[in-house]
Formats: sequence, C-alpha cells, structure tokens
Amino acid sequence: MNLNGSACIVGAYEHPTRKADALSVVRLHADVAKGALADAGLSKSDIDGYFCAGDAPGLGANTVAEYLGLKLRHVDSTECGGSAPILHVAHAAEAIAAGRCNVALITLAGRPRAQMAAVQAAAKEGKSGKAPLALKPPDPDAPELAFELPYGPTTQNLYAAVAKRHMFEFGTTSEQLAWIKVAASHHAQHNPHAMLRDVVTLADVVNSPMVSDPLHRLDCCVMSDGGGALIVARPEIARELARKSGRPLVMVRGTGEAPKHGMGGKMDLTYSAAAWSGPMAFAEAGITPADIQYASLYDSFTITVLMQLEDLGFCKKGEGGRFVMDGNLISGVGRLPFNTDGGGLCNNHPANRGGVTKVIEAVRQLRGEAHPAVQVPNCHLALASGIGGALASRHTAATLILESI
Amino acid sequence: MSPPETSPKPSADKPQRPPAGPRKIPAPRVLPETQTYWTAADEGRLMVKRCAACGEFHHYPRDICPHCLSADTEWLPAAGTGTVYSFSTMGQGEAAYTMAFVTLDEGVTMMTNLVDCDPAAVVIGQKVRVVFKPSEGGHAVPMFTPEEASS
Repeated sequence: MNLNGSACIVGAYEHPTRKADALSVVRLHADVAKGALADAGLSKSDIDGYFCAGDAPGLGANTVAEYLGLKLRHVDSTECGGSAPILHVAHAAEAIAAGRCNVALITLAGRPRAQMAAVQAAAKEGKSGKAPLALKPPDPDAPELAFELPYGPTTQNLYAAVAKRHMFEFGTTSEQLAWIKVAASHHAQHNPHAMLRDVVTLADVVNSPMVSDPLHRLDCCVMSDGGGALIVARPEIARELARKSGRPLVMVRGTGEAPKHGMGGKMDLTYSAAAWSGPMAFAEAGITPADIQYASLYDSFTITVLMQLEDLGFCKKGEGGRFVMDGNLISGVGRLPFNTDGGGLCNNHPANRGGVTKVIEAVRQLRGEAHPAVQVPNCHLALASGIGGALASRHTAATLILESI
Repeated sequence: MSPPETSPKPSADKPQRPPAGPRKIPAPRVLPETQTYWTAADEGRLMVKRCAACGEFHHYPRDICPHCLSADTEWLPAAGTGTVYSFSTMGQGEAAYTMAFVTLDEGVTMMTNLVDCDPAAVVIGQKVRVVFKPSEGGHAVPMFTPEEASS
C-alpha cells in the first residue's frame, strides 16, 4: 500500500511540563490528547482510531481509551520504544487508507524524572523503589536475557559501543559528536520549555563528565516528564480543517519502518535500521535527502543523530562527523537544520522516548509555527526519524516524510 | 579513555549516592534450550551453536537456526578466543565495568565484559580469551581478558 498522500497530521501538541510530580501517567496521556484535539479543532467524538505504545499504563490502548471515554473502531499498540509514535503515524495512514478509521489519535507520555526523584527520596529513607529507567522489567522469557543482563548493558553503554566502533572505523572524534549538542543548544535557547537552555561550546561537551566512554554527560539526552500527541486524519477532513484554520495541510508523503537486531551474532554496528527505513520512505515520497529542508532526528545521544544522518543518506557512511561540524545542523547557519526545539539533547525526552516530539517539531516547521529564531524559511519538506530500543542490541527505526501544502 | 577527574555536581534532582562496590553479576535466567551452555560454563567451557543444515554458527544460542530455521542445531566447544569488536567502560572506581562485544574465532559476536585488565589500555581488534566469573547465586558467566594479560 502506497501511503503518499493518504493522510494528514491535523493536530500536534507537546506537554509543557518537564517534571510531573503531581500528574499520573494516564493524566499526562489525557492532557496531550486534549491539547492535540484543541490544536486540530476537533472533538473527542471525532476520534475513531487510537494508537499508543508501551508507555501507556495498564492494558495500554484500552486503559487510555477507557480513561478518555473514547469510542473506537481501530486500535494499534505497536511497541518499539521511542520511535513508536513516528511508526504510528504510518500505521494510522494505513488504517485510514484501508477505511478502518478517519481520525486517529496518537499519544505518548510518562514521568520517569518524577519517578526517579521518588525512588531516590525513598532510598534516602532506606526504602527500595522500582528503577524507572527500563522500558519494562526484564522479561524472564526473553531469550536474549541470559546472554546480556549479566554483562550490565545500559542504554548509555549500548550507544557508547556504537560510538566507539564508529570512531575506530571512520576516525570520528568526540569534538565532532559535540557539534551535535552545540547545535541543539543553539536551538534550545529559544524554547522557554526546554530543560537546558544555555548555549554550550565544544569544550563544555568534551569536558563534561564521562558517562560511558566515549560518551560524555552532554552527549546524552535529558530525562524529562511529559509527553505529546498527534492527530492523523483523512485528507478530506484535513482540507476542511485547513480551510477553517487557514493553516497549511501537513501531508504524509513517505514512511518506512524496520527492526534491526543481533542477526544471530553477525553483528555490524556501523549502521542502524534507519539504513533500511530511510530508503523506503524516500522511495514512497519520490524525493531524495537533498530535498529535505528540516529534519527531526532522534537524539537520545549525539551518536544517534550521527548514525541517522549517514543511514538516511544526508551524507555518506563514515562522513557524519565532518557533516555535523561548523554548525551545519544549526537553523540559519547550516545546510540541514535539525531539532529546532532543542531536541532530546536539550528540550524534552518524555517517558525516555523521543519519537512524538520529533513529529511535533516537524509539524511546527511545516506550519511556520516554530520559534521565529529557528523557523526554516518556506519549509515545505520535513523528515522525522526515530530509533527505538538500543542501537547496539535491538532497535526499530521509523522514518516519516511530511510535506506542507 | 579513563574516567575524568571531575565529579558530577550535586543537584536537587540527584542526591549524592554512597560509593558503590564492585558491580554484582546478575545470575543468568536460563531457558531450557540453553541449559547445555550454562552447565558447560560452570565447567569452564565456552560452547557455541552451529546449524548442521546450513553450517552457520549463531549466538545467542537457540534451538532453531536464525539463518535457515532448521531445528538441526548442535553444540560445539568454542576455541574460547576472539577479538574485541567494541566496548565501553561505565561507572566510577571499583564499580566501573566494561561492557563489550567480542567476535569469537568461530565468527559470531557476543555481548560480554572485559575483565582483569585496564580497559583504558584495550583497543578494538585486540585478541582476548575467555575466563569465567561467578554470578550472584547462579551459573558462571563467560567474560574475556586480553591474551597478553593472561598468566
């Protein structure tokens, strides 16, 4: 099924909170759903499809649908970590094209930062708490568990191993990775909601404490609470809404998704699954990476961005380090403005999952609603890319190409 | 690549934790199809799976070959030597540990730890050999150490 032109994003909303001490996970899902409906100019009864991933509490889609009182005829709770909302846009477009729904709501939300604070406070009092960093507690039935858990894999060292191999293969340096954080910080200074608004230098990044070598603290994303929601609608509905609001249509042009894993031990950490999802999306959209005016790139770590730049074809494999130098990712300065909200590196990484904010900022750019200091002039073609899971073990890439009309 | 001298700044968000001791190695949760691997590990032997139908080695070990889906897979003793594919050291002081990927001489790459060495002196491509470390109340776990560091 070709999804080019099959659906539009008509609503997008990012929760303003970054620490949700008094808001439950389901309340955050509800808040962002309400925000996206208001943004779209739709009401609850218009929603007939709902999409969420593993961050939704309880029985997932059903629990959130119950809380919100949704009457649905299509649900999809495809779980692939942080890239899920990007993949959900494609799945919503599929469902709309297949006649299974007309207006699809996608939500992502969580409160790992508040949970972490609570765990640390409990630890001070000698009580133990549940660690909030993992997506889910280890599943004893997972066949890889015995061959990984004894070795202490973490999100940080699994991405660091990819960075170290990239440095070995291609001569990439810590200073080159630092350029990615520097660019994100240049954008974050204009976002009043961003957790880290100070512009940082290369020296700030490479002199920040080592977290898991070669990744420093400032190579890592923030940990934040909050979330975001999207509403995907049939083009006829989107045209009617655009007529009323005077906003451009944001049309789905290209989609791709692909998982990558240990491949039975035939490991190659020099590329990510974006090398598979990207070409699918570009083929469907009928454009090339050179046509993209703005890119939201998943930035759990600086190396995550570097890998996607290469794997999506913005530069050749191995040349990502040189590509990101000299502010090439800074809006108004470089060739490829990225993550103009400050991204996960500076702004927001709600529920330890960055996918929804990637699509939201792409929608802002395509509507001309990004901050004026970072708005890409006449931005018509944008890309959102996500990596969910861990680069070095198993992850799912999702690529989405959007056009404003 | 050694940890920096600067210590993390305390903040309201991140209270200082007491110094951690050496990382405890969680016991592997063993599924029936890999019991042979862990029994051998307790005896100091590293096993690897090969498919009798397509001839390919694979890791992590499973009943069904991930390359051709044949159920005709067999356990073979691995040479116990390989090369470092990549690695990263995390943590401070005695809690520091090095997660690594090692490519066995049989051709498969496995997650492991580099132990009994200074990880700052390790380089990608370096030859390593297996050693077995006790886990917390469970089977021994294969880890790797530089060939040069062997005694």
